[in-house]
Amino acid sequence: MSETLKNQSSSPRLELLNITKQYPGCLANDQICMRLMPGEIHALLGENGAGKSTLVKTIYGVVAPDSGQILWDGHEVEIKSPSKARDLGIGMVFQHFSLFETLTVAQNIELCLSRSQLHSIGDLAERIRDLSATYGLNVDPDRFVHSLSIGERQRVEIMRCLVQSVKLLILDEPTSVLTPQEVAGLFTVLRKLSSEGCSILFISHKLHEVTEICHNATILRGGKFVGDCQPANETPATIAKMMVGDLAEQDAGYEKAFGENIVFTAKNLSLAAKHPFGTTLKQINFELYKGEILGIAGVAGNGQEELMSIISGEDSRTLKNTLILDGRDIGTQSAGLRRRNGLAYVPEERLGRGAVPEMSLSENTLLTHSRGFVQSGLVNWKAVKEYAKSLISQYSVKCHGEFSEAKSLSGGNLQKFIMGREIGQNPKVLICAHPTWGVDVGAALAIHQALLQLRDQGAAILLISEDIDELFLLADRMAAVCDGHLSPVVRAEETSIDQIGQWMAGTFINESEQQEALA
Amino acid sequence: MIQVQARTEPSTLMTFASPFLAIVLTLIFGSLLFTALDKDPLQALHVLLILPLSDAYNISEMLVKMGPLLLCAVGLALCYRANMWNIGAEGQLLAGALGGSTVALMFVDSNSAFAMPLTLLGGIVSGMAWAGIATLLKVKFNSNLILTTIMLNYIALYLLIWAVHGPLRDPEGFGFPESALFSDATLLPVLSDSGRVHLGVVFAIVLALFAWFLLAKTHLGFKIRVYGADEPAAIYAGYNAKAISWFVMLFAGALAGLAGVSEVAGPIGQLTPNISPGYGYSAIIVAYLGRLHPAGAIVAAIFLAILYMGGDLAQIEMGIPIAVVGMFQGILLFFLLACDFFIRYRIVPLREKMA
Repeated sequence: MSETLKNQSSSPRLELLNITKQYPGCLANDQICMRLMPGEIHALLGENGAGKSTLVKTIYGVVAPDSGQILWDGHEVEIKSPSKARDLGIGMVFQHFSLFETLTVAQNIELCLSRSQLHSIGDLAERIRDLSATYGLNVDPDRFVHSLSIGERQRVEIMRCLVQSVKLLILDEPTSVLTPQEVAGLFTVLRKLSSEGCSILFISHKLHEVTEICHNATILRGGKFVGDCQPANETPATIAKMMVGDLAEQDAGYEKAFGENIVFTAKNLSLAAKHPFGTTLKQINFELYKGEILGIAGVAGNGQEELMSIISGEDSRTLKNTLILDGRDIGTQSAGLRRRNGLAYVPEERLGRGAVPEMSLSENTLLTHSRGFVQSGLVNWKAVKEYAKSLISQYSVKCHGEFSEAKSLSGGNLQKFIMGREIGQNPKVLICAHPTWGVDVGAALAIHQALLQLRDQGAAILLISEDIDELFLLADRMAAVCDGHLSPVVRAEETSIDQIGQWMAGTFINESEQQEALA
Repeated sequence: MIQVQARTEPSTLMTFASPFLAIVLTLIFGSLLFTALDKDPLQALHVLLILPLSDAYNISEMLVKMGPLLLCAVGLALCYRANMWNIGAEGQLLAGALGGSTVALMFVDSNSAFAMPLTLLGGIVSGMAWAGIATLLKVKFNSNLILTTIMLNYIALYLLIWAVHGPLRDPEGFGFPESALFSDATLLPVLSDSGRVHLGVVFAIVLALFAWFLLAKTHLGFKIRVYGADEPAAIYAGYNAKAISWFVMLFAGALAGLAGVSEVAGPIGQLTPNISPGYGYSAIIVAYLGRLHPAGAIVAAIFLAILYMGGDLAQIEMGIPIAVVGMFQGILLFFLLACDFFIRYRIVPLREKMA
């Protein structure tokens, strides 16, 4: 494929020369060079904090580099702002979408067009329909954004770039929020764009996607360029090795386990949404056995957040006889009492919820782990510090010491610390949300092994993740949520990515309703 | 050229240096103010800041003013640590004075040993009740605490004025809006012969040290700090947010109420319409000047008490209007908040763009 690319054109569309960006205390980009040909799909790879985001923000004009040159179609340019980037023909789809939920698709797209662009387009809705048909995007200009799924919103973002005749499309982890079927759809669109000469810069953590679709890849580590490759000639394992060494190989092929004794039950759990754009939970039933991991797949915003906060007790509305922990009704207990009865929780947001940013690691240990450290209301700070030190060494948390502020740690290290703190309380049930989201491969390995060890000690783990590969790696039984419904629970070995993917899209909902109608 | 840059970590040096920087800037701008008023700035600063510490009597008067400031500030510091924006120390102080006086007036002709403790208790409970109204509105209906506490300040003031003109007025007082003088059994003992330093000042210092201990060593104090620093983390950890709100507010109310009753049962000796020169408001400045730390509040309360004393002296010695002291305090708070900017930001020369 790269052969044909070279024939298409000889001059690169974009060339980066020695891009350097220094943040306070961190060299984010160190003399990075990169070259993109027209029509090339180029992957930008690296662990978290490797400098990928800084580099693409430099290209999109959000961040000004300290030094280095950017050549666009062979001419040196200074991209001072995103609107300058858009004028050149650079479009970007961020990880977190920037759409107004209360406006229609066409209105959202209109907002970022200049008057002259609008004039030259003429009928915007018609243009959107044309492009939608050409690229198979399936975007209806008259729909309101809040009624769209995550995958549809992403296509609106891509559409927003297309109406401006984009020559370089930057996608920041585009597949992390999509079902497998939606990913396939996205790749079709990207291939069509590429065949028409549009360059694509693709940031992803999922290496098999990179080998599937990308022509070339640039790999960064710690802000430095460490190598490039043609993913078609590599396997995910060899690329991972280039990124982090050989840790990725170890993180595979874990044994499955099955518990026999029920420790936690959710019975007919129904709950109205708290916020206008929240999800209503509908008749959720499942059991957790001692010594198993139950994985729940689902696209973000389908009720996971609501489910976790009602189980943990953060959502303070009480439910009678719906949540049973160890034979006890915990639906009426406060979050603190549920913790004392053996429930632990690793939330999705580490900083600001799982840990207090401005507090030290020893203070953050006491945050949820007070048993044995408080006597008649007084804190034994010496013991807390000693325990925090042992957590730090046991889970190889990289930091200056137990006095370090939580916010000074990288995401992966803080996650290891929080995971260790929750596991250290010997929970009967651990709820764990997106445990390795944005975590580098080395830390992910450590977190996976800690979870499995806890399972083998007899705890039940409810694992909620958007990463299907991770769920299949860890979970003993699996289910999916869609729009507040929970699919049937099946053994991980007896299902497939295909089936879970369909459940994530909600195919089971009609089936179960039909069954109810029949019964 | 220069540029403002965010620090990666808050500067410890600036955390401690900022109050002193603010004081220096206040002195500079205060001097300009006095010059504009045709007063000798050096003499004015001398009267304002040095004279209050010049002899034992002045020092004891300074301590008398420090007591209520410190009591109110310690309670407020705890509230602010828990993100409860209680501006109502003044109202809670007045409620404490009113409630304490009501009890004290039952003992006008008595030598009972219970007179003083019950009077103090009356003041404390009244202050707590006044703080409780605002807390109830906040916890039940999520009303804005800043607004309700400020409004309750005015209600307390007019309630007190009504009481001294009505039910609590001295029947033999020739119609003046004042209560009868309290009996000796009700008054707080004076600690030295030469001045008016009374037991209330000791309460203030002891309670400041207690609050320090509470924050640093107890689990409850830790929960208060977590709740203020990061509310989602406190909810995640399962802390009882309502209980924490109630505790800090009632604690602050109790301290402010104690400050109020210590004034009427201390240096004043009866209930009058003007028992506080705005101690409850100045305590907000004290709390911030002391970095919301009870120990810092002791130092800050002494400084503000010197300013109050100096203001009185400046009025007597130099004919400077008392309002100038209020301006002085305002300038101080302004610079304090401005200097705090440098804890999280620094100013660096703009680097030349590398070629």
